[in-house]
Amino acid sequence: MRFLRTFLDKQAPLFEEGGKLEKLFPLWEATDTLLYSPSSVSKGTIHVRDGLDLKRMMGIVVFGLLPIVFMAMLNVGRQAHLAIAAGATPLENWQTGLFQAMGFQFTNALWPNFVHGAIYFLPIFITCFAAGGAIEVWFSIVRKHEVNEGFFVTGFLLPLTLPPTIPLWQVALGTAFGVFIGKEIFGGTGMNVFNPALVSRAFLFFAYPAQISGDAPWIAANFAGVDGFSGATWLSRAATGGMEAINNLGADAWRQAFIGFMPGSMGETSTLLCIVGALVIVATQIGSWRTIVGLTLGTFAMSFVLNQVGSDTNAMFALPFHWHIVLGGWAFGTVFMATDPVSSSFTDKGKWIYGFMTGVLVVLARVVNPAYPEGMMLAILFMNMFAPLIDHFVVQANIKRRAARHEAVQ
Amino acid sequence: MKAAHKKALFDPLFNDNPIAAQVLGICSALAVTTKLETSVVMSLAVIAVMALSNLSISVIRNWIPPSIRIIVQLTIIASLVIVTDQILQAFVFDISKQLSVFVGLIITNCIVMGRAEAFAMQNPPVDSFLDGIGNGLGYSLILLIVGFFRELLGAGKLYGYSVMPLVTEGGWYQPNGLMVLAPGAFFLIGILIWVLRNYKPELREN
Repeated sequence: MRFLRTFLDKQAPLFEEGGKLEKLFPLWEATDTLLYSPSSVSKGTIHVRDGLDLKRMMGIVVFGLLPIVFMAMLNVGRQAHLAIAAGATPLENWQTGLFQAMGFQFTNALWPNFVHGAIYFLPIFITCFAAGGAIEVWFSIVRKHEVNEGFFVTGFLLPLTLPPTIPLWQVALGTAFGVFIGKEIFGGTGMNVFNPALVSRAFLFFAYPAQISGDAPWIAANFAGVDGFSGATWLSRAATGGMEAINNLGADAWRQAFIGFMPGSMGETSTLLCIVGALVIVATQIGSWRTIVGLTLGTFAMSFVLNQVGSDTNAMFALPFHWHIVLGGWAFGTVFMATDPVSSSFTDKGKWIYGFMTGVLVVLARVVNPAYPEGMMLAILFMNMFAPLIDHFVVQANIKRRAARHEAVQ
Repeated sequence: MKAAHKKALFDPLFNDNPIAAQVLGICSALAVTTKLETSVVMSLAVIAVMALSNLSISVIRNWIPPSIRIIVQLTIIASLVIVTDQILQAFVFDISKQLSVFVGLIITNCIVMGRAEAFAMQNPPVDSFLDGIGNGLGYSLILLIVGFFRELLGAGKLYGYSVMPLVTEGGWYQPNGLMVLAPGAFFLIGILIWVLRNYKPELREN
C-alpha cells in the first residue's frame, strides 16, 4: 500500500495553500484522513478521560442502527410479498425487474424478503449519501473547513424514516434541503437547532405528501383494488378506527408490532430493535437515558390522561400506552432522534423536561390533531426549538439557587 | 435628478429594503405571494398607498400637532387604503377576493406607518413622495421574487400560465406542496435575506 501513500503525498502540494487546486483542499484532506490516520495526531495524555471523537461517536450510533437497517430490508420485502400473496401485483419499476432478473420469486421467505427489501432500501440510502455528501463537500469548500463525519448518522437515519416507494429525486431533494437549511446555514455539524434528518423528512412530508403519507406508499406492491387489503400503517388504522381497528388485527398483533412486522417507514417498525439500539447508545453514554425515560414517562402520562378523559367522537383517545410505543415512529424517534446530543437539551434536568414534553406532545399530536396520524416527527422538531430555552431556565435556576446559598452562608 | 431624490427612490430597493434589510411587512409577504398575480396587485396597491400617504402627510406635516400625529397619519393611511380597496373591488374583483383582508391590512403594514413617521414627517413633499414609491418598489421586488418562486414551484405556473405541466395533468412536474404553505414563503424570504447579506456585508448586524 506504499504507493497509495506516496501518491497522496505527491498530490499534496496541489491542494495546499498556493496550490492549483487549493479550493478543493477539504476534499483531498477527507480522502487522505479516511485512508490513513493524519500525520498530526496528538501526542501524550492530552485526553483527560477518553478519546471519544466525532468519528467514534458516529460509529457507535451507526453500530446501534445496523440491526434496524437489516430489519428494514427484511420487512420491506416481507410486506411486499404478503401483499402480493393477498392478490396485489408487483410494482412496474426497475426494482422489480432487477429482483426477477436475480432469479427470485415473490415468496414470503427470508432471502427473497431480504433481497427485495435491499433493492428498495439501498438506492434510497445511496441517493441520500450522495446528495448530503455533495452539500457537505460544497460547504466545506466555501467555508474552508474540513469535511467532518457529521452527515454520517443523518445519512443512516433519514432513509430509515422514509417509505420504500419514495421517488429517489425526492430523497435527493429532501436530503439536500435538510443538510442545507437544517444544518449548514446554522454553521454546520454541532451548530444545528433542529435534527437535520427530521428537517429533511418534514420537508418531504409537507412538500410531497402523496408519496410519504396516506395509505399507498408503505408497501412496495400495487394493491389498489385488492379486496380486503389495506396498505395503511397500523397507526393510521388506529387513527380512523380506534381500538376496534387494532383489535381486528388479531390477537398476535401487539407482538408483531413490537418485533416490527407491519407496514410503515422502512426503519421505524421494530420497537424491539430500537430497544437494542437504545442499549448500545445508552451504555456508551452517547444517547441520554434521561431523555428516553423522560419521553416514555411523558407518553405514559399523556396517554393515561387521555384514556381517562375518553371521547365519543375521537377513537384515538382510547389507544393505550403499550400500543402508542409500538406504533409509528415512536421507538425510532425516541431512541435515535430525540436523543441527538446537538439538538436536544444539554443539562441533565433539561433532558428530563425535554423528553417528558416531547412524550406529551407526541400523544397530543397523534390523538387530538386530525390532520396527521403521526406526531413523532413534529413533536421532536417542536421540542428541538425549545431545548435551548429549557437549558437557559435550568442554568438560571441553578445560578439563583447557588447565589441564595452563598447569601445564606455569609 | 437630485442626489437626495435618487437616494429616496433607489435606496430602498437593495441597500435598505423594507423586507430584506429591515424585516418589516412580513405578514402580507407571506400571505399574498402564493401567486404572481396577487403579488403584482398587492404591490401596486402598496406602492399607491405609500406614495400618496407620504405625500399627503408631508404636505401637512408642519400643521400636525405632535401629540396626535399618529392618529392623523392613521386617518390618512386608512382613507387611502379604503379607496384602494374600493378601486380593486370595482375593477379586479376576482383578485380582490383572493387578497381578502390583506388589502385592508395595508393600514397596519409597518412599512407604511414607518415611512410616514420616519420620513414624511421631516421631509418636503417631493422627497416624501419618491421615498414612498421607492419603499413600495422595495417591498414589491421581494413580493415578486417570492411570488415567482412560489407559483412556479408550488403550481408549475407563472401568472396563471402553465410553465411546467403537472403530473396530475399528464405532464412531468410534481408540485411542491410546501411552497403553497406559508412556511415556504418563510424559507424563501430567509434565503433572500441571506443572499442579500452575503452580497452586501454592511447589512449584517453584530
